[in-house]
Amino acid sequence: MSPPLLGVEEEVQSSVSSPSVECISENGMGLKERNYLGLSDCSSVDSSGVSSNLNLATELRLGLPGSQSPERETEFCLLNLGKLDEKPLFPLLPSKDGICSSSQKNVVTGNKRGFSDTMDGFSEVKGYVYTEKSWMFHEAGSDSESPQSVGHGKYPGNSGVNVILSTRSPGVQASVKQDEPANVLQEQPRATNGTSLKQTVISNNTTGAPAAKAQVVGWPPIRPFRTKTLAASSKNNDEVDGKPGPGALFVKVIMDGAPYLRKVDLRTYSTYQELSSALEKMFSCFTLGQCGSHGTAGKEILSESRLKDLLHGSEYVVTYKDKDGDWMLVGDVPWEMFIETCKRLKIMKSSNAIGLAPRAVEKSKANNKKEFGYGC
Amino acid sequence: MNYFPDEVVEHVFDFITSHKDRNSVSLVCKSWYKIERYSRQRVFIGNCYSITPQRLIARFPGLKSLTLKGKPHFADFNLVPHDWGGFVDPWIKALAKSRIGLEELRLKRMVVSDDSLELLSKSFPNFKSLVLVSCEGFTTDGVAAIAANCRFLRELDLQENEVEDHRGHWLSCFPESCTSLVSLNFACLKGEINLASLERLVARSPNLKSLRLNRMVPLDTLQKLLMRAPQLVDLGIGSYVDDPSSEVFSKLKTVIQLCNSIRSLSGFLEVAPCCMSAIYPICENLTFLNLSYAPGLQGNDLTKLVQHCRKLQRLWILDCIGDKGLGVVASTCKELQELRVFPSDPFDAGNAAVTEEGLVLISSGCPKLNSLLYFCHQMTNAALITVAKNCTNFIRFRLCILDPVKADPVTNQPLDEGFGAIVRSNKSLKRLSLSGLLTDQVFLYIGMYAKKLEMLSIAFAGDSNKGMLYVLNGCKKLRKLEIRDCPFGDVALLEDMGKYETMRSLWMSSCEVTLGACKILAKKMPSLNLEIINESEQLEFSLDDRLLVDKMYLYRTLVGHRKDKPEYVLLL
Repeated sequence: MSPPLLGVEEEVQSSVSSPSVECISENGMGLKERNYLGLSDCSSVDSSGVSSNLNLATELRLGLPGSQSPERETEFCLLNLGKLDEKPLFPLLPSKDGICSSSQKNVVTGNKRGFSDTMDGFSEVKGYVYTEKSWMFHEAGSDSESPQSVGHGKYPGNSGVNVILSTRSPGVQASVKQDEPANVLQEQPRATNGTSLKQTVISNNTTGAPAAKAQVVGWPPIRPFRTKTLAASSKNNDEVDGKPGPGALFVKVIMDGAPYLRKVDLRTYSTYQELSSALEKMFSCFTLGQCGSHGTAGKEILSESRLKDLLHGSEYVVTYKDKDGDWMLVGDVPWEMFIETCKRLKIMKSSNAIGLAPRAVEKSKANNKKEFGYGC
Repeated sequence: MNYFPDEVVEHVFDFITSHKDRNSVSLVCKSWYKIERYSRQRVFIGNCYSITPQRLIARFPGLKSLTLKGKPHFADFNLVPHDWGGFVDPWIKALAKSRIGLEELRLKRMVVSDDSLELLSKSFPNFKSLVLVSCEGFTTDGVAAIAANCRFLRELDLQENEVEDHRGHWLSCFPESCTSLVSLNFACLKGEINLASLERLVARSPNLKSLRLNRMVPLDTLQKLLMRAPQLVDLGIGSYVDDPSSEVFSKLKTVIQLCNSIRSLSGFLEVAPCCMSAIYPICENLTFLNLSYAPGLQGNDLTKLVQHCRKLQRLWILDCIGDKGLGVVASTCKELQELRVFPSDPFDAGNAAVTEEGLVLISSGCPKLNSLLYFCHQMTNAALITVAKNCTNFIRFRLCILDPVKADPVTNQPLDEGFGAIVRSNKSLKRLSLSGLLTDQVFLYIGMYAKKLEMLSIAFAGDSNKGMLYVLNGCKKLRKLEIRDCPFGDVALLEDMGKYETMRSLWMSSCEVTLGACKILAKKMPSLNLEIINESEQLEFSLDDRLLVDKMYLYRTLVGHRKDKPEYVLLL
């Protein structure tokens, strides 16, 4: 299941402290949706201006519903470029093993609290919306078509709280937007404390589904039995596939320093070359400047150790964990043998690979070391 | 009035099987009431709190089959707290004490205990059929009791229940003398079972028509079971993983060819896509295919499979089939009546697997479509209008846009016009679930056109009380109304209180209803139970009437307040 995006936020941007500043997106009203799920729309790694900023394909937005800056708009257009049937180069889906699997735990409670605080605030706000018609939706939406009725601008406080996290440098307007909305958001809960029987939305989300994802309780309307079974089935299928045999052979790929893992299906490649290209593509955002220099189509593959060479220019080596639990350098054995024994892949910094491939280490030291940044 | 002796009238009544009709018949006159009640064998109780078991037993001494539903529908989505109610125990106890010769018990959303199951198994010598849907509270020990004690058991059907699995060899509890099984469904159980016992059980059940396995039954056992039961009509496969080159797999391929009675296929809880080709031979005759629990199958696998299913009438599938896959369904399955598309990853919009396009394709390819459950990421008014043009036979139309207030992404308009078109052109619509950005307008349409509507589910919709009023005033046949997170308040609730006596129930949560209004309603209408469900600790019912009620469940009843309510429920 998709992991909570606030986890990424906490990991990547310490400037965002309060969990209650979640961007609640406007829906309808001609305003663009700020959908945390929208991060997956971004196939825009190939869009030049944005790619370097969307390494994690997440964007922290702290605006109020409907509030947006022109810059956000452009960016969102870019995000929207990712049409459903295009195959993005990096389908940056928050997969089960994806974003912040490691940080999932520390996020849960904080997020819950934050979400329910905000929800409380917005639950009360709803009262304002429908009686006073003076809520921020109108003001914020001034640059779009005028709200037909309050209902259009309605944000029923319980619907999807959407968070888009950004790894953009803090200097960007995200921080400017932060202060104002944050304050407004925080005022509301305080003002309306204890005067309502309205429960916190999260109160009885007792299913296995990760509550920390800023979900609305009971939405989408699917029986917990179904979600649990599907989750268990998916897990089993992956595990089943981890053994050599028919079907896909998915193994996790870890890259040193990357905030999330990926998975590759080893059966979709037949040579180390293919695997190497795929890994490059997957992780190029973490190794800026390295793409293009490898993946040399047409060049003959001299040996299985080509992979080593290819990635060594970038200070990284690819290693794998075999059946016995040992970490080995990729490329030493024939491909067929490799996929039968490989359980996991790890892209390590050459400096950490001492002992695995001393040659590689020397080689990379000899190269100009470049700056690597992910999340700028 | 009555020109015929009672026996003749009773014989005539034998031909009247629908509950509605029998209920109507019983209201004609006293004589017919009497004849009907003595001859009634099947009773359906949609809300277990609307009547007591004692009154049921008193009225229908010939009762053989009882269907009970407990919790409200929104309990399915965690909106009803644990221990709210819906206990079957008092029913079984009362029936056991009486002289009712119960043969069939069907429960939905009820709390069932092992003790109840044991009592059930020992109290009715002719007990034949137990169907539990979305129930909870029992373990495999209870199931074992049923297996062990019901000598003439024909049907044991466990659907989507939360069962604590003790792996206690419940299957082995079927005595060797038990040869009457017609239907066995244990797909929802998570634990291991004794495979040898299962094989023997199937071998000695010549009447077995329906068999649904859980994920712990591997492919080689499946092959052996099919050898024993080639007469199966309904098959649910547990684990379907093997190497296509193995001997077991080729045996399976052979034996499947012999199973030409299979019309319904489900399961694939674990699946290796490369093994699916063995299934193709039975696809030709399938009328029901349920792959909604098979996330191991990708869009391509699903599409390839569906291409063989030309006689399909009901399809339950995951959204990874994609719009293109739905196009294949549309061009292949011309007999399709029911389609359910579930989200494979409900919380991730990245993979927007199905959109309005898929639905439009289905509507134009499948003219017999009458029942739809569709989870998607977006929908447009244009698409809904097209669907409404293509399909005018809908009985059930449930659309769930995963982002609850999403507007038409093309026009940024609410989806009022789209749903309006649906209700306008589908005059037989009985059940409707709405989603997306919606204003009061859609309710105006529903009130105007959905004259046969019986169940309506609303979430995050509407602007004002008018919305709810349009529905209450317009939908004369409304039986169940469930609303969450809508701006409907006291005015709408109190406008026509008598209406609720014509309905089974009303659920309103996170709306704008105040405690005061609830009190008024409860006072005015003693034939209704009004429950306020409140779990937060700040609940001091010192009680300002202006406080907003978070969850309200209103239902008609003949027996007043229930005695088993938990503390957090306030019965006004």
